[in-house]
Amino acid sequence: MYKYDTYDQAMVDARVAEFRDQVRRRLDGSLTEEQFRPLRLMNGLYLQLHAYMLRVAVPYGTLSSAQMRMLGDIADKYDRGYGHFTTRQNIQYNWIKLEDAGDLLADLASVEMHAIQTSGNCIRNISSDQYAGAAAEELVDPRPYAELLRQWSSFHPEFMYLPRKFKIAVIASETDRAAMKLHDIGIKLVKNDAGEIGAQFYVGGGMGRTPMIAPMIREFVPLDQLITYAEACLRVYNRYGRRDNKYKARIKILVHEIGADEYARQAEEEFAHLLGQGVEPPIAELERIKTYFQDPPFEAGAPDTLDRSDPDFALWVDRNCVTHKQPGYISATISLKPVGGIPGDASADQIRLMADLARDYSFDECRVTHAQNIVLPHVRKADLYVLWQKLDAAGLGAANLDRIGDIIACPGLDYCSLANARSIPIAQKISERFAAQEKQDAIGEMKLKISGCINACGHHHAGHIGILGVDKKGVENYQLLLGGSEGEDTSLGKITGPGFDEEGIVDAVEKAADVYLANKQGEERFLDTYRRIGIDPFKEAIYD
Amino acid sequence: MTEPQLRFRDDEVVSDPAVTVDSFGDQSNATAVRIEPGDDARALLPHLDRLRLIEVNFPAYTDGRGYSAARILREAGYTGELRAVGDVLIDQLSNMKRCGFDSFAPDHPLNEADAKAALDCWPDVYQATTDGRTPIWTKRHG
Ligand code: SF4
Repeated sequence: MYKYDTYDQAMVDARVAEFRDQVRRRLDGSLTEEQFRPLRLMNGLYLQLHAYMLRVAVPYGTLSSAQMRMLGDIADKYDRGYGHFTTRQNIQYNWIKLEDAGDLLADLASVEMHAIQTSGNCIRNISSDQYAGAAAEELVDPRPYAELLRQWSSFHPEFMYLPRKFKIAVIASETDRAAMKLHDIGIKLVKNDAGEIGAQFYVGGGMGRTPMIAPMIREFVPLDQLITYAEACLRVYNRYGRRDNKYKARIKILVHEIGADEYARQAEEEFAHLLGQGVEPPIAELERIKTYFQDPPFEAGAPDTLDRSDPDFALWVDRNCVTHKQPGYISATISLKPVGGIPGDASADQIRLMADLARDYSFDECRVTHAQNIVLPHVRKADLYVLWQKLDAAGLGAANLDRIGDIIACPGLDYCSLANARSIPIAQKISERFAAQEKQDAIGEMKLKISGCINACGHHHAGHIGILGVDKKGVENYQLLLGGSEGEDTSLGKITGPGFDEEGIVDAVEKAADVYLANKQGEERFLDTYRRIGIDPFKEAIYD
Repeated sequence: MTEPQLRFRDDEVVSDPAVTVDSFGDQSNATAVRIEPGDDARALLPHLDRLRLIEVNFPAYTDGRGYSAARILREAGYTGELRAVGDVLIDQLSNMKRCGFDSFAPDHPLNEADAKAALDCWPDVYQATTDGRTPIWTKRHG
């Protein structure tokens, strides 16, 4: 994986020093809270309901074991012994003191990490495919491109005060595991007819209160113009994105209002201009970055079989592991969704254990997924049983990847100051209701996503089943959505009708699952059946 | 004209009043103009040779359109004074400078020591702009 050189390190160190100085000026009163707010936000520090929350960037979700261990230590040292992995492949801590923030950032910098631009109206952490570099069907490893974009977007002088936050995802497989078309910019690496690799740009996707699927804006950007094209896209947005209304300020509204063709034309014009301005890094830089993402030293001829005699282990393998490009290896997902648990939460000890396992069994590397789980990308099949035993003993053995128990949930009203309703207790109740293995198995692949307000941090629009918390005359109320998908077949869920209270929403989910089971044909997933029979049979059952 | 507090130029301070972009076209002898966030900086490009001062107004520091305006002007070869005016704060100075501003007239005077520290904060830069700094990318590849 990528390693900082002295330049990268100096930039992050400078940022820590700058932030310490800003905190000093805030504490001595020379900065008002109003003036300090965007500065702390650009360092990942939010003021929540009970305390400061600090969000740490995990670029494209990749972590070394040393970094993961530091995340565990930070949970102990500055938080209450927990970390919360997020849908942005980041980690956040919910109980941080402002006075500690500088020291925390210095600890992060010591392992080449930071909280830069994890908040604020700037380009946020770049996300990617959690199986990058391991997936059997990928064209190339998308992470070198994401790293190049990370450097370009870090402290970009022109784009720190955009109309609104800006999220970019990069993928390189046909299977979209990063919800690429639901980003402000989604980049898919593709091969053209001449066999060259280039970047396909999708611009103007997003969730929030006006969810939109990004249209393709350019079919192929040559790699030696990638940054220039991105810069053009951003400049058009910075100049013309709406600033009169916070809820209409994301780039999706601009693209929607002027139309994808007109946006593309303006981007093209700016691109033509910028090509003469020398903003593109030398192509040698991309080559340099790529050298950090070469395959780890896989053992040739590693045994490609598994002893499945332990049924619990076999179940976990079937649920949580996926095919690796290298024979004898497998990618394993550690589910952070135990029955009744808080989705994405891990204790300091669990985080350190995962760090050790990444070191011992996965070439020193792990990944955070946008579904709030952890992946060990490169595990020898021969080691898998021992690995699973260690996970299971630590309460990390849940075999429910992409099952109904694998719920994505935002922090909601338990922590978030913007929330209308709690998300976590709903996730806990649903996972308890469907705890029985046979039930989960019968329902099969299911992406259930919960947001505590319209901002959609829990991606409810993109859930096969989505739940949205709203405020109904001061009472928490939950709307049910069906039919969303974040995959390569991206679609947005539809609201079934009037909302429910806490118990009612869990019942409604169960009824929806029953309609699926009664109508399922052959190998259909919930989503397939929904798409075939439509929303009406579900409505009938839910509201009868 | 707004008196600059910080200025990184050796030539004489332009004291002509800055006119609006709208009225600029009609006033063929005006040498100073003020850009508001909604103005298109490119409307000035045909007239750059007679301009000695362009003020870019930041009514609120959170409105970042002025950064693009500044770069567009510098990219088009404007070499006169480019002044950030309005809600200009310490922590925006270094980015503004990178985008081509070379003078600053904040609504509220800045602490000079803090301003200097903020401007000196970054040992290097990733991106190429017209400010003459060599990006890290270029340094890495000699
Ligand atoms: S969706 Fe709403 S409640 Fe949930 S984290 Fe985002 S802003 Fe907070």
